[in-house]
Amino acid sequence: MIQYLVDGVLVGSILSLGAIGLTMVMHMLRFANFSHAELLSIGAYSALVFDGVFSAVLPQISASIGPLSLTWALLLSIVLAMAMTGLSAVIIDWLIFKRIRDKGDALSMVFASFGVALIIRNVIALIFGLKTHLYTQDIVFAVVISRDPLLMVKPDQVFGLFAALVIMLVLHYLLSRTTFGYALRAVAENPSLAQVSGIRLSRVVAITWIIGGALAAAAGVFYGLNNQISPVIGKDLVLPIFAATIVGGIGSVYGAVLGGFIVGIAASMALLILPSGYSPAVPFLIIMAVLLIRPNGLFGEART
Amino acid sequence: MIGVISYLVFFSTIASILAIAVLGLNLQWGNTGLFNGGVAAFFGAGAYGMILLGGSAQPDRIGGFDLFYPLALIGGMLITGVLACVVGMLTLRLRHDYLAIATFGVAVAFENVVRNAEGLTGGAKGMRGFVRPFEAAVGNPFWFNILYFIFVVAALVAVYLFLEKLIRSPFGRLLRAIREDETAAQSLGKNPSRIRLTAFVTGSIIMGLAGGLYGTFYAFVSPQDVLPSLTFQIWAMLIVGGAGNNRGAIAGAFLIWAAWTASGWVLSRVAPVDVQIYLGTLQFILIGTIIVGMLMWRPQGLMPEKLVLSQSGDYPPGE
Amino acid sequence: MPDIVLRVENIVAGYVKDFPILWDVNLSLEKATITVIIGPNGAGKSTLIKVIAGIVKITSGSVWLGDKDIAGIRPDQMAEHGIAYVPQTDNIFRTLTIRQNLDLVLRNAGDKAGPRLDKLFTQFPPLASKQREKAGSLSGGQRQMLAVAMALAVEPSIILMDEPSAGLSPKAAEEVLGLARALTTTGVSILLVEQNVKQALRLADHCYILAEGRNQLDGSAADLLNDPVVGEIYLGGRRVGAA
Repeated sequence: MIQYLVDGVLVGSILSLGAIGLTMVMHMLRFANFSHAELLSIGAYSALVFDGVFSAVLPQISASIGPLSLTWALLLSIVLAMAMTGLSAVIIDWLIFKRIRDKGDALSMVFASFGVALIIRNVIALIFGLKTHLYTQDIVFAVVISRDPLLMVKPDQVFGLFAALVIMLVLHYLLSRTTFGYALRAVAENPSLAQVSGIRLSRVVAITWIIGGALAAAAGVFYGLNNQISPVIGKDLVLPIFAATIVGGIGSVYGAVLGGFIVGIAASMALLILPSGYSPAVPFLIIMAVLLIRPNGLFGEART
Repeated sequence: MIGVISYLVFFSTIASILAIAVLGLNLQWGNTGLFNGGVAAFFGAGAYGMILLGGSAQPDRIGGFDLFYPLALIGGMLITGVLACVVGMLTLRLRHDYLAIATFGVAVAFENVVRNAEGLTGGAKGMRGFVRPFEAAVGNPFWFNILYFIFVVAALVAVYLFLEKLIRSPFGRLLRAIREDETAAQSLGKNPSRIRLTAFVTGSIIMGLAGGLYGTFYAFVSPQDVLPSLTFQIWAMLIVGGAGNNRGAIAGAFLIWAAWTASGWVLSRVAPVDVQIYLGTLQFILIGTIIVGMLMWRPQGLMPEKLVLSQSGDYPPGE
Repeated sequence: MPDIVLRVENIVAGYVKDFPILWDVNLSLEKATITVIIGPNGAGKSTLIKVIAGIVKITSGSVWLGDKDIAGIRPDQMAEHGIAYVPQTDNIFRTLTIRQNLDLVLRNAGDKAGPRLDKLFTQFPPLASKQREKAGSLSGGQRQMLAVAMALAVEPSIILMDEPSAGLSPKAAEEVLGLARALTTTGVSILLVEQNVKQALRLADHCYILAEGRNQLDGSAADLLNDPVVGEIYLGGRRVGAA
């Protein structure tokens, strides 16, 4: 059972990173963005491309770091992928969502986000092919941490968890100690007062997309590192990430973090009772349970 | 010649079936402002329900009651209604973006259950054992398809007339009132929740009818028929046609289905063989682009909602 | 020749496009004075302030700051024009601490931020002692104090205040209005909306009366304090403009 718990925590860290960006955008722009999960795909594939380029151009940095299958090239690629995905998110908003937003209909943005998700997912499939990719061809062995109870983890999974926590810590620092972070929180609390206090809303919107995209990219890479890279990453993760956001409460970054771990652990532990074929339905059950019992989640606030 | 007619009949049958589903969605979204992200689930419930009731018994699967066809079809619709009732009671009071997520989740869960519960639905292999009604009696597949097409069109016309009457009725006025301003409607003593639920269930039952007709046509249904992509196709049809307009809904169904089949046909002719596995991929990009494009440039659709006159007499009143 | 720092000319404005709340409103603000806007509920007083602040869109008309028409500026551009706005309610960020609220509005001040913060803490000692507390946990009077401090942080030449004494104890209200008076001695011009007519007229230099979105009367506060027409407008009598 502890294996399931640990697996849940490891998956949870990925969901947390994805959920942070989604909760910020959902709260600020008031729409359920079904294309957010595709940002994880964009991140995973961007890193794949950058990694390929580095391996060809600078083979020295293709050395693995310690026991990880992660190479220095990939590490650098993750950073670049985060920037690239952040940029993509802003551009998509500017090209598509903003135009629909200005026309006024919140429901249209949700529909449009489904359309955008379809486009991104299938364009990726068109460019990279329908088959799966991996960051490394090396076979990665899980390390046995304890024999009784049996607990095995792959070093890459631990790296993913560790890196995710570092990223979240950096974000926490940003939000709690920099005036820029205060500006983000101010817009989340009261957008019109924020404007009156000298904050330019369009800039904060752009930065929120960039942060959301960057975090999603990291999550996508960690997911690809520990599973595989395929065009359906977004499709597979859209409901679990929504579940994490709803559990934590829309608008709460800390809620999203907690929600990610809760959903990850719950989905993992569900395998103890349910046959594995049903695991995609678990996030749905979590969502329904939360919406029935405590619709605002752990830390969310009711907003009209 | 017969080949062309045969193909047109096939095309129009499917388009008409999908048009029925779009009409159901129009009642939910166009008339009542409800976001149904799980269209595929209700369509599927009608199809699976109909085959379960109307098909013959199969080993290791429940069902197969060999019910008289019209009863099986209605049975499928009722099963859909029950599902819609449960989903509606749980989710309709949610804010629109939560409703989107919840209904989307319903469709994901539905597909998941249908794919895994072999004893109930046949699992990934799908549900067999259904024989098209009167097929043996007619004998000739060409004429059978034409007769079935006429039957489907009759159903489409019936649903259209029913909905047109509905939106001109007092109930239709209530739907519009709730869509525009719920608190005002509440202050008039109406119960918005119950009205929304009625609209949601009615629309879902119509989708279930479409599903049942679909299952009848293919004499088979599988999890592949209830994928999220079906939901997107039906939405695209409504967005293109015009939400709030029943004629637009039907037009949208035919247009999008034409675009879908035409794109498939063109790609299979023009594209080199190794690109052909990307047929679905390209079609999805097409659908996604249509959805996004319409929402950006003509969100009201090709046929915008007309102002509905639901009172006879002088208009404007009092002048 | 009075030194007019802000002049509002023929403003037609409202929240919804074809339904204006303000009809052809005019107003002038002289330098280093307090001008108060009074009028019955729904007169459009708050709306006028919000128009100047850029929160409400103008259908037609101009807002002259010196010789520049700032009609239609974004609210976040107010500070660079030397204007600060204190809303009536929800005028501080509850989830941030006092210190964070002030740091936020001072973030573009560069190295002037430190000295300005010290100055504000000297001017408002309770804010200094409670600076690490969340603004949402303050009392009404302390929140108002913080809101005023946030406005002063950008060292504005014009302050717009929407019912600054609303919800405050009489003592706290006196303090806020007294503060406004003190500010004018440093050259700051203040335009404020007030419900408490007597207190406002005793304090202000000039007064505009608005009703049903139109100018009704204006003049020196002292004159209007004793004017019987003022009482009539308030008790629902004579009106200028729409029937």
